[in-house]
Amino acid sequence: MSIVTVQLGQCGNQIGHEVFSALCSDIRGTHGLCSKKENESYQDSCKERFFCEEESGVPAARAVLVDMEPKVISQTLSMAARSGHWKYSSHSHFCQKQGSGNNWANGYSVHGPKHKEAIMDLVQKEAEKCDRLGGFFTIMSMAGGTGSGLGAFVTQCLRDAFPTSFILNHVIWPYGTGEVIVQNYNSILTLSHLYHSSDALLVHENDVIHKICAQLMNIKQISFRDVNQVIAHQLGSVFQPTHTAGGGSGYSRNPLGDLLEPLVPHPEFRMLGLRNIPQMAESSLAYSTFSWPGLIKHLRQILIANAHMEEGIDWRVQPPHPGSSIPSTNKPLHFNTSIANLVILRGKDVHSADLGSFQDPSLYTSWLNPQDAFNAWKTPRAFNKYEKSASLVSNSQFLLKPLDSIVGKAWNMFASKAYLHQYTKFGIQEEDFLDCFTTLEQVISSYTNL
Amino acid sequence: MTQSVVVQVGQCGNQVGCRFWDLALREHAAVNKKGIYDEALSSFFRNVDTRSGDNGPDICKGKICSLKARALLIDMEEGVVNEILQGPLRDVFDSKQLITDVSGSGNNWAVGHKIYGCQYRENIVEKLRKTAEHCDCLQCFFIIHSMGGGTGSGLGTFVLNLLEEEFPEVYRFVTSVYPSGEDDVITSPYNSVLAMKELNEHADCVLPIENESLFEIVNKIHQMINSGKLGSTVKQNSLVTSSAGNAKTLQEKPFDAMNNIVANLLLNLTSSSRFEGSLNMDLNEISMNLVPFPRLHYLVSSLTPLYTLADVNVPSRRLDQMFSDAFSRDHQLIQADPKHSLYLACALLVRGNVQVSDLRRNIERLKPSLHFVSWNQEGWKTGLCSVPPVGHSHSLLALANNTCVKPTFIELKDRFMKLYKKKAHLHHYLQIDGMEQSCFSEAISSLSDLIEEYNELDVTKGGPRIDPSRLKIAV
Repeated sequence: MSIVTVQLGQCGNQIGHEVFSALCSDIRGTHGLCSKKENESYQDSCKERFFCEEESGVPAARAVLVDMEPKVISQTLSMAARSGHWKYSSHSHFCQKQGSGNNWANGYSVHGPKHKEAIMDLVQKEAEKCDRLGGFFTIMSMAGGTGSGLGAFVTQCLRDAFPTSFILNHVIWPYGTGEVIVQNYNSILTLSHLYHSSDALLVHENDVIHKICAQLMNIKQISFRDVNQVIAHQLGSVFQPTHTAGGGSGYSRNPLGDLLEPLVPHPEFRMLGLRNIPQMAESSLAYSTFSWPGLIKHLRQILIANAHMEEGIDWRVQPPHPGSSIPSTNKPLHFNTSIANLVILRGKDVHSADLGSFQDPSLYTSWLNPQDAFNAWKTPRAFNKYEKSASLVSNSQFLLKPLDSIVGKAWNMFASKAYLHQYTKFGIQEEDFLDCFTTLEQVISSYTNL
Repeated sequence: MTQSVVVQVGQCGNQVGCRFWDLALREHAAVNKKGIYDEALSSFFRNVDTRSGDNGPDICKGKICSLKARALLIDMEEGVVNEILQGPLRDVFDSKQLITDVSGSGNNWAVGHKIYGCQYRENIVEKLRKTAEHCDCLQCFFIIHSMGGGTGSGLGTFVLNLLEEEFPEVYRFVTSVYPSGEDDVITSPYNSVLAMKELNEHADCVLPIENESLFEIVNKIHQMINSGKLGSTVKQNSLVTSSAGNAKTLQEKPFDAMNNIVANLLLNLTSSSRFEGSLNMDLNEISMNLVPFPRLHYLVSSLTPLYTLADVNVPSRRLDQMFSDAFSRDHQLIQADPKHSLYLACALLVRGNVQVSDLRRNIERLKPSLHFVSWNQEGWKTGLCSVPPVGHSHSLLALANNTCVKPTFIELKDRFMKLYKKKAHLHHYLQIDGMEQSCFSEAISSLSDLIEEYNELDVTKGGPRIDPSRLKIAV
C-alpha cells in the first residue's frame, strides 16, 4: 500500500525533502546486513510505499508540496532533482505569491477555501497513481501560518474527501523560547482543529531534537537542516518496511493502519510521541556496538521516565507495583503511563530480541490487555547505517507537559487580548479561541487522569 | 514573490530614498552574477525593454535590460529630485514616477496636507495605480519622509491616508525621521504632532528614526577608523554608512552617511522576503508578530555590525557580540534604551552564515537582562536569511516594540505644548483652508492617548506576575 505525503509550509517542505532523501539513501545503501532476498524485498516495499516509478527511471516521491509563497518549494524541488536518485513529480506542487504571514486565520479561513480545489486536485491525482492507497501523511509546523492554518484546513478536506482513509499528521512543535511570537495561538488553533479531523498526531519538538543534535550528534553549529535530518531519520525508522507480528513472511502491507489501529484505541487520546535509539554522529558509528537487551532496556526506561534520549535518563523512576490499588492520582507524577506502545526493531539478530519487559501491565492503563496495548514490528534489515536501531511510538503522557505549557502561555496572552485583532480581521473570533481552549483542556485533563 | 513600492516624499524622504536605491542595486549586483532578472530583483525593480524608448513593455524573465525602480518620488520643490535625475541613478527612475512643484511647503504641515494634498490627489492616485499595475502581487508600500517639515510631513501623511483608501489590503510601512530638540525648524513640533495622528491611524508599522542617533553612529565609525586601532583592516564597503562606489573619490554630501544607515535598515528588513533562508520572515509576518494592539505599532530598530574587519575567520564570540550590540543603547536608531524599558515583542532578522543554534544560544543569554511584558515572556520572532549584506559575512536587524519610544513622544508633546500654549505661529496653519483649532486638539489628544497606552503597560513592568487562572474542565 502506498502513502501520499502532503508537505505544508516552509517547515513541512523542508522536512519532507529530508525524509524522502533519507528513505532513498537508506534503500540504496549497502549496509543492509541481511540477505540479498530480504534486501530486495525491503527495497521494493519501500519504493511501492513512497515512490512512483516514472519513465525517466528516476523514482518520483508520492508527495504534494503546498506553500503560499514560492521560495521554499522552488528550493525543495531543485535540491531533490540535483540528487539524481529521486525527485518530485513536476506537477505536484502548489504555491502562491504571498505567504500567510504567520497568521493561522489567514491560512485557514482565507487561503484554505480559496485554494481548496487546486490543492485537492493535486492530492487526488497523487492518490490515483497508487495501486492501493494506504492513507495520508501530512507534515507541518504548528507555529506559523501556512503549515498550521492551511494544514488544518487541508486535513479537514482530506477527511471529507477520503472518509475511510487513514490520516496521520506529523506536527512540529516550535522552540519554547520563541520562534514566532504568536506561535502559541497558532498552536492551540491547529491542535484543536486537527483533533477533530485527523486519526493521530505524531509530534516532534524542536527543543528535543536540538538537544539530540547538541549532545548526541556533537554538532557545533546546529542548523535547521541538521534538525530536519534527525527528524527524517526518526520518521524513516518508523515508516520503512517491517514485518508485523502476525503478518506472515512478507513486509507489512498496511503501514498506517497497522500503526494507528492499535495505538489509538480511543478518540480522546491521539497524541503520539516518537523516540529512536541509538542516535550518534556518523563518525562514531564504526566504533560503537550495541546489544538488543541494552537497547531495549534503555528504550523502556526512556518510556517510563519520559526521557528524550539515551543520555540523562532518570533510572530511579519505576512503575508502581502491579496488584496494588493505587488510584491514578497517587501515581508518582514523573512516571509516564501509557495507553499503547509500538516498538520497531531493525537490524542484526533481531529475532533474538526479547520485548517481554514492554508487556509489563504496570506500564499501562487498565483498560486494555497488555497484549493489545503493546505491539512490535521487526526486520533484520538494518536502517540507515545503524547496525541495530530501536524506535518507540507511544500513546502516553509524553506530550502532556509540553501541551500544558503551550496552552498555559496561549491562555496568558489571550487573557490580555494581545494580537487578537490580527485574527478577528480574518474571521476567527474570541469564541473560536475559547472552543479551542476547551477542547485542549479536555485533552490535558484526560491524559492527566490516566 | 511579492513586490513593494517605495513612496519617497519631501527633501529628507527623497535623499534617503536615493540612498536606498543606490544600495539596493549594489546588493543585487553582488548576489546576481549572471545578470538574469530574477524574483528577488522583481520585488523592487521592473525590467523594462527600453530599446523602443522609455515606454517599453516590462520583461518578466531573462536578461536584465533596464531596471526601473518601483518608486514614486514626490516633492513640492524641485531641487532634490532634479539632483537625483542628473546623478548616477537617473536611468533607474521613470519620468512618469515624479510629482514635483516649485514653491515648497514652507515647513507647514497644513500646506503639505491640505493644499498640495487636494491639488495633487488625482495625480498621485493615478501614478500609484500605474505602479501597482506593474506588480504581480503588491504586498507593501514603504513611505519615507521626515516629520518636522511641510512636504514630507504633511503631503507624506496625506499619501498615507490615500494608500489606505485606495489599497486597503496592501501593508503600509512608514520610515519617519523625527526632529531633534535643536531642530532649526521652529514649527517642527506642530508638524510632527499633526503627522503623528495620521501615523497612529493609518500606518501598519512605523520605524521612527532620530537624526541624533544616526549622527552618533556616524561619529562612532569615524572614530574607530581614525583611531588607527583598525585602520586599513576595515572593509570600506562594509560600513553601514558607505555608498556604492568608492567613498574616497565621490564627494559625499553631509547627510549621505546618515541616510545610508536608514537605507540599510530597509534593505535588511526586506532581505528575508527577497532572498532564501532556512527560516523566512516576510513583511506580513513582521506586522503580525510585532503589533499586539493596533495602535502600538512603533518599532525601534537597531543594525549590527556597523562595519566588518577584513579578517575572514569569525569566532563565535564575535558573533555573540553582534547580538549584544543590537540591544545596546548606541546601536538604536532613535534616542532610546530598550534594555531598561518594557518589551512587548522583539524580532531578530539574521543574515548570512548564522545557524539556529547561534540564535537560540544568544536569545537564552540575553533574555534574563531584558524585561518582557507578562503575557509575552517568550516574545521572540526570528528569521534566518542565507544572503548576507555586501561586505559582511553576517548581520543582524533587531526590531523592538518597546515602551522606550515613550520618552521620544513625551518630548515631542512637551515641545508642542510650549508653542501651542502661546499660540505661536498658529495663524500660519489656521489660515489654510480646511484647518481648524480642532485639528490641533485632536492631534495632541491622539498623541496623549498613545503615551497613556504605553504608560499602562509600563506600570506592569517588574510587578508580580499573576497568571490568569485556566479553564476548568469537569472531570
